[in-house]
Amino acid sequence: MTADLVESRIGDWRAAVLRGGAVADSDADELEGHLREQIADLEAVGLAGDEAFLVAVKRLGEVHQITAEFAREHGDRLWKQLALPHPDHGRLRPILTMLAFAALTAVLIQVARMLTAIPGASEAWLVRDVSLFVLPVLAAYFAAVRRMPWRRALVLVAVVGALALAVNLFPFADGASTDVLVAIHLPVALWFVVGAAYVGGDIRASARRMDFIRFTGEWAIYYTLIALGGGVLLGLTIAVLTPIAPGSVEEVLTWVLPSGAAGAVVVAAWLVEAKKSVVENLAPVLTAIFTPLFAVMLLGSAVVYGIVGIGQEFDRDLLFVFDLLLLVVLGLVVYGISARGSARGAGAMDAVRLVAVVAAIALDVLVLASMFERVGEFGFTANRVAALGLNLVLLVNLTVTAWLTVSLLTGKGQAVRVERWQTGYLPVFAAWIALVVLGLPPTFGFA
Amino acid sequence: MNIDKDLVAAMATPLVLAILVEDTSYGYAILRRVRELSAGDVEWTDGMLYPLLHRLERLGYIGAEWGVSPEGRRRRYYEITETGRAQLLEQRRQWATANRTLGGLWGQTASPAGS
Repeated sequence: MTADLVESRIGDWRAAVLRGGAVADSDADELEGHLREQIADLEAVGLAGDEAFLVAVKRLGEVHQITAEFAREHGDRLWKQLALPHPDHGRLRPILTMLAFAALTAVLIQVARMLTAIPGASEAWLVRDVSLFVLPVLAAYFAAVRRMPWRRALVLVAVVGALALAVNLFPFADGASTDVLVAIHLPVALWFVVGAAYVGGDIRASARRMDFIRFTGEWAIYYTLIALGGGVLLGLTIAVLTPIAPGSVEEVLTWVLPSGAAGAVVVAAWLVEAKKSVVENLAPVLTAIFTPLFAVMLLGSAVVYGIVGIGQEFDRDLLFVFDLLLLVVLGLVVYGISARGSARGAGAMDAVRLVAVVAAIALDVLVLASMFERVGEFGFTANRVAALGLNLVLLVNLTVTAWLTVSLLTGKGQAVRVERWQTGYLPVFAAWIALVVLGLPPTFGFA
Repeated sequence: MNIDKDLVAAMATPLVLAILVEDTSYGYAILRRVRELSAGDVEWTDGMLYPLLHRLERLGYIGAEWGVSPEGRRRRYYEITETGRAQLLEQRRQWATANRTLGGLWGQTASPAGS
């Protein structure tokens, strides 16, 4: 009985020492060995097991002092190494593969740019189709790295081909809003193709889908960082070139900028994969910072809207803003749960998240209600259908999320159900996006 | 009598090196030896020994190797290196100087090592 108790206490103590990352596993082994030896010696002079444990722990010193001392000696351990893996034996291949795909998309984007220079081609075409020259390459990169079976890869090729054909065969009117909608939604549709390749075609597994969600968040952060670095590089290049060769600045912008931006898509994806286990995931950290802030903002806005009401001057096209708001809240939910241990019970963060979600839903329902009140004057344009549809898709997701969070907080549900719901909902998003890209333009006469 | 914390910290390196000169040893035994030698006057928070051992290892004064205790427990054994021996000699000279200086003031004879 006591022996078990002492064992579990030693386990707790070890876990406390390891927390924070300054003490490595082997150091903990050494300290634990010391602790056990001390306990054995104390027991030999007549102390009971739990008393011996207490004395031995006291002699070793406060855990936080020990870990602080280890941190001083092994400061590098606290800084998870960001340096790239050394490209030695066998390491070179993955990097070369990545560079080859990055170069491929960099070249493709130039080809696309030159195609617009052909007489009769329009710039609008490139704006709509630009993602077709980048994201399929990223999908191909993952298909190659994951050694995706040919059959599955062909399905993805068919999907990309169908999308490319459809959006290019559609006879869009000049400056058609459906054209703009396709330009916005096509990258998202292609991102789902990337997702299918990312999970190696194993699109049914909830855990793999969650991996892809995590990948998406980290990829966005890496891409932003690379873009910042690239911006500095380009800015300095221009600043250096301008005095001696002012004419070359435009050359740099037309050649380096698009290719760099396209190649960085693959490089960022590779970085996320290479650093997956090395760097702490950033998206959940940002989420933890912003969830309470958004909760306060949303709650305040919902209260103000509730009291003041939505005036007549409310712009119907403002619905896009609320779509964006719901998307952000969904992001907070998804990246909040992506980092939580599924075994852990409900915490304060879940309550904060619930406040944010409920406030967002209330706000959105207010807006929708005022819109449907005046349903007569609500003409169904392509833009409004797209905005309203996305709004409903998000609203359903968040309502169920709120419900699941409530049952989690009341102790009736498990955290894993929120996660399952989110991963299970991905096909709904994919279907909606596909509908906007392929269904809306014909419905509204390509206007 | 308890010895001041700073003084214990200053003693730590030569003490550990001197104990390891006697024989290869491991953490728990090093601390036992310290208690034995000082008759309990040198109070050391046990846990602080290990970061010190790691530091000395990084500086190349001692080498470390995982081994197994007679009872079959995994244990990390430490052994002094040549650099460590040289370092110990240097430290010994410094301590002797400190000893002699203070001893001159207080009218006491310095430790035998100081002569």
